[in-house]
Amino acid sequence: MKKTIITVVGKDGVGIIAKICTYLANNHINIEDISQTIVQGYFNMMMITDMNEASKPFADIASELEQIGEEIGVVVKCQREEIFDSMHRI
Amino acid sequence: MINIYEVSETNQMIEKENLDVRTITMGISLLDCADPDLKVCNEKIFKKITTCAKDLVQTGKDIEREFGIPIVNKRISVTPIALVGGAACKTPEDFATIAKTLDDAAKVVGVNFIGGYSALVSKGMTPAEELLIQSVPLALSTTDRVCSSINLGSTKTGINMDAVKMVGEIIKETAEATKEKDSLGCAKLVVFCNAPDDNPFMAGAFHGVTEADCVIHVGVSGPGVVKTALEKVRGKNFEVLCETIKKTAFKVTRVGQLVAKEASKRLGVPFGIVDLSLAPTPAVGDSVADILCEIGLEYAGAPGTTAALALLNDQVKKGGVMASSYVGGLSGAFIPVSEDQGMIDAVTAGALTLEKLEAMTCVCSVGLDMIAIPGDTKATTISGIIADELAIGMINQKTTAVRIIPVIGKGVGETVEFGGLLGYAPIMPVNQFSCDAFVNRGGRIPAPIHSFKN
Repeated sequence: MKKTIITVVGKDGVGIIAKICTYLANNHINIEDISQTIVQGYFNMMMITDMNEASKPFADIASELEQIGEEIGVVVKCQREEIFDSMHRI
Repeated sequence: MINIYEVSETNQMIEKENLDVRTITMGISLLDCADPDLKVCNEKIFKKITTCAKDLVQTGKDIEREFGIPIVNKRISVTPIALVGGAACKTPEDFATIAKTLDDAAKVVGVNFIGGYSALVSKGMTPAEELLIQSVPLALSTTDRVCSSINLGSTKTGINMDAVKMVGEIIKETAEATKEKDSLGCAKLVVFCNAPDDNPFMAGAFHGVTEADCVIHVGVSGPGVVKTALEKVRGKNFEVLCETIKKTAFKVTRVGQLVAKEASKRLGVPFGIVDLSLAPTPAVGDSVADILCEIGLEYAGAPGTTAALALLNDQVKKGGVMASSYVGGLSGAFIPVSEDQGMIDAVTAGALTLEKLEAMTCVCSVGLDMIAIPGDTKATTISGIIADELAIGMINQKTTAVRIIPVIGKGVGETVEFGGLLGYAPIMPVNQFSCDAFVNRGGRIPAPIHSFKN
């Protein structure tokens, strides 16, 4: 299975990464890479993850992450890596 | 490995610039549903569509979820019904029962449009094709999701002027039959010259006889993405302008190719083509006319519009062709009036006329699209407009089309509201001089000299 990209965008605050990472750990999702910047005062994070061992189907994980995002006031998106690969790599 | 900037660029396109996959269209051959018994024929059609397309909508939704890219429409195109129903249908009413079956099947599988209530009569009409054309007003006024198309000419055959005359009357009858809905029926009827067999876009989609039993075509979109990319190169020369459009078209098309391959794999149906089109919607920021303005025009329709559109169309193709393994359908910029806020504004401002639109269709895909005209326009005038547009396609070896709506009870200065993706339109004036004697000649315009290539 290909990788999944998780992006988190929103106002910076305490514990954003912690919340997301705790959820991923609890669901057996491995984080392979994290990068993070602040763009125009906004927290911007991208994780490359491996969901091969995940305990739930993709759609459930995506909606639960979105919900966690709502609780802490950020937008969390979960997308398969192929869409970025196909757009940015020949 | 993918970096954070590339990820944000893609997501910015999706979230802020209306990047989407406009349609996944499943083409289904109904040739094996032909039967001399009308009831059996209808049953076979219903069964085949609901079997082939049973997972289409759900698969579309799954892909949408997993890749985070909206797939706006899931649709079906079928074999031209004049061919399928020829053996069973003896009256226009018989054909209309098939339209009803298509409508029911579309509702069961959950697609928003089904195309292929069609006849291909570019050279001549069989009795069945004539009956189907006669049945169009009834079929479109008694169904919700069925789209009809008629191919009236081609570079190889010339233009069937008998059919052009007939269709002028049919468009008026369809307008009359759906007048309580602002003649909406005509928005689901398009006539063509050089109609492609693999077009995924409505209303002109049908599944040509050259196609396999069942295929997946994808239509991409993304005018907003091109517009935003061009905002960054304001004042730069044409080389920079064209390169920017090309690179953007490449990225947009790659998404279409990915979705097409993925849908094809999940549904177990071969991948047909990606249609490289810039298809606008009435949403703000999703307009082809706005791209023309960004290129440097005050309004679409200003002097320079045809040249701007020509380069836009060409660069979209150049960028898109390398991004997809199979390109087909209409592939180019669409310039519908009612479905594009920038075009509506241009008409309202008096910058854009029917004649300028006709000139624009010489250099982009399709033709006079979603144009509302006064309801009292004569049938022969509509036929004349159609003949002009088809001549452009015939001579230039390209697809052209007409989707024109004579809005019964309304005149110039009024507005018509179709709703949803079909949008709204100011009613445009039509040249009032007569072409009766021309249209009434009857017969066929011969194929042009450059069609004889053998």
